[in-house]
Amino acid sequence: MNKETWLLPEGIEEVLPPQAEYLEGIRRALLDLYHSYGYELVIPPFIEYLESLLTGTGDDLDLKTFKLTDQLNGRMMGVRADMTPQVARIDAHQLGRETPTRLCYMGTVLHTRAEGFDASRAPLQIGLELYGHKGSESDVEVFQLMVATLSACGVEDVYYDLGHVGIYRGLVKQAGLDVQQESQLFDALQRKAKPEIKEMLSDWSLDSKVNDMLLALADLNGDDVIDKAGTVLAAASDEVKAAIQELSDIAEAIKARIPGISLHYDLAELRGYHYHTGVVFAAFVQDKGSAIAQGGRYDGIGEVFGNARPATGFSSDLKTLLAFNTDTVVQKPGIFAPNEQDAALQSAITAARENGERVIVELPGQVGDAKAMQCDRRFIAEKGKWVIKPV
Amino acid sequence: MSDKLTIALSKGRIYKETLPLLKQAGIEPVDDPETSRKLILDTNQDNVKLVIIRATDVPTYVQYGAADVGVAGKDVLMEHGGEGLYEPVDLKIAKCKLMTAGIKGQPAPNGRLRIATKFVNSARAFYAKQGKQVEIIKLYGSMELAPIVKLADYIVDLVDTGNTLKANGLEPLEHICDVSSRLVINKAAMKMKHKSIQALIDSFAAAVK
Repeated sequence: MNKETWLLPEGIEEVLPPQAEYLEGIRRALLDLYHSYGYELVIPPFIEYLESLLTGTGDDLDLKTFKLTDQLNGRMMGVRADMTPQVARIDAHQLGRETPTRLCYMGTVLHTRAEGFDASRAPLQIGLELYGHKGSESDVEVFQLMVATLSACGVEDVYYDLGHVGIYRGLVKQAGLDVQQESQLFDALQRKAKPEIKEMLSDWSLDSKVNDMLLALADLNGDDVIDKAGTVLAAASDEVKAAIQELSDIAEAIKARIPGISLHYDLAELRGYHYHTGVVFAAFVQDKGSAIAQGGRYDGIGEVFGNARPATGFSSDLKTLLAFNTDTVVQKPGIFAPNEQDAALQSAITAARENGERVIVELPGQVGDAKAMQCDRRFIAEKGKWVIKPV
Repeated sequence: MSDKLTIALSKGRIYKETLPLLKQAGIEPVDDPETSRKLILDTNQDNVKLVIIRATDVPTYVQYGAADVGVAGKDVLMEHGGEGLYEPVDLKIAKCKLMTAGIKGQPAPNGRLRIATKFVNSARAFYAKQGKQVEIIKLYGSMELAPIVKLADYIVDLVDTGNTLKANGLEPLEHICDVSSRLVINKAAMKMKHKSIQALIDSFAAAVK
């Protein structure tokens, strides 16, 4: 027999005691937090047809999705790699409401390839989405809940990064770039590869004002760039200016709502450019090479499901967040009880359990004593009564 | 500059040619990697450390945040894919060319070409652009040997003076791209240590001009 049958696939891990219980506690606390803001829990299916799973998303998600054939009808199914499109489908088609709809979700997703070297291929995605409202107020609410989520998980010294895809999109439109040029520039801009951008732009011989603005985009990052953007992008179209204004409004509202928060900007940050339509944001921490939570606005995603709704939301991986817990997780010690059919003992055990204690019954002939079973007390018969005594 | 900054460099040419740029930015290593066995070098600034690693490992260290910034050749970056990295400055150092080469005067063979290289992705992309499907043989060094012993038809390798090719009876054929070293930066570090890193970028950019 193969001696390594215990090996798990790469990037697939399990959560063991006592961390699993701790994770479950955090999960409940977070869902309660979202509940208190009016977010309703949905449980989308683990697997569904590809067409709906990949609707409105980019190629990246397609490549990330595990696929298999439905043996009943030969159609392609995908194991979700991201729950957001599923939740959008639920909002647009299943619920079909006109009112603002707040939905939250939590579940395992599968990735064909891990996103980072220590990243899981089976993250535990947790997140929320707000549908049906186009204003910046809903972006602010979602952002606020992202901050609350991180703080509930004990993540400290978080760096928040804001951007707006409308700025790049508007500039590209103003420059009149074709699809291929746009994707070439996008690729270089993601790497802030200024030498390449410069070369590209001069090859395309654009209008010099637009040329300079596209080139400046790679430098528009830091904590004071909104004012700078106003000057550098002065010749931009109204669309671009509106995007900058919206970003500025959202940032001001967040600062007012969460005093002392430090916000930073990166106007060339185009994460999820293919489906985001407005503000995008992400949370970073020291010594972690990629974002630990991210979100933004993606209006119109429900269109194919018959109901184009404005949408904004954020999501994160609960297993990643769990790693930030600095307290050692220990199992609460229990009470060891003898295995006797005594009615008085049975009712004493029931009473202790109802009190929130863990009562572990000794099994006949078992290995290990009370201590080995993680118990610091035990049930002992004293003068015909069952009492709890320290071990 | 109060943030801790780790800079990844590779030994040899890149290290030597980066030193003057670092000096311009006020950073001078205390030890010399050629004589010291240390892998982490202290500098005259308490918060700045240099890590000395293999050239091909530089993008990996920076991508995952083990180093905040690094200097890597465009050849290595193209092979790595550049994911998770910013590459804002062309340092114009360690210049050479990525080229194909074959045995001098030998006509192109028929059928599917066999290409020996350590630049697997770049080689495949180059031939794919020409509409050619090729068989790639990954080697880690002494590429020039491959066509001589008929392991491959051509090689894809860096060419500086062309002397090694000549000495082995090969000639450079097609020019794939010019290679020079880039300053690469971890995406998260660029955000979290913005002030120190921006200062470094500006200083490097000014020194290159």
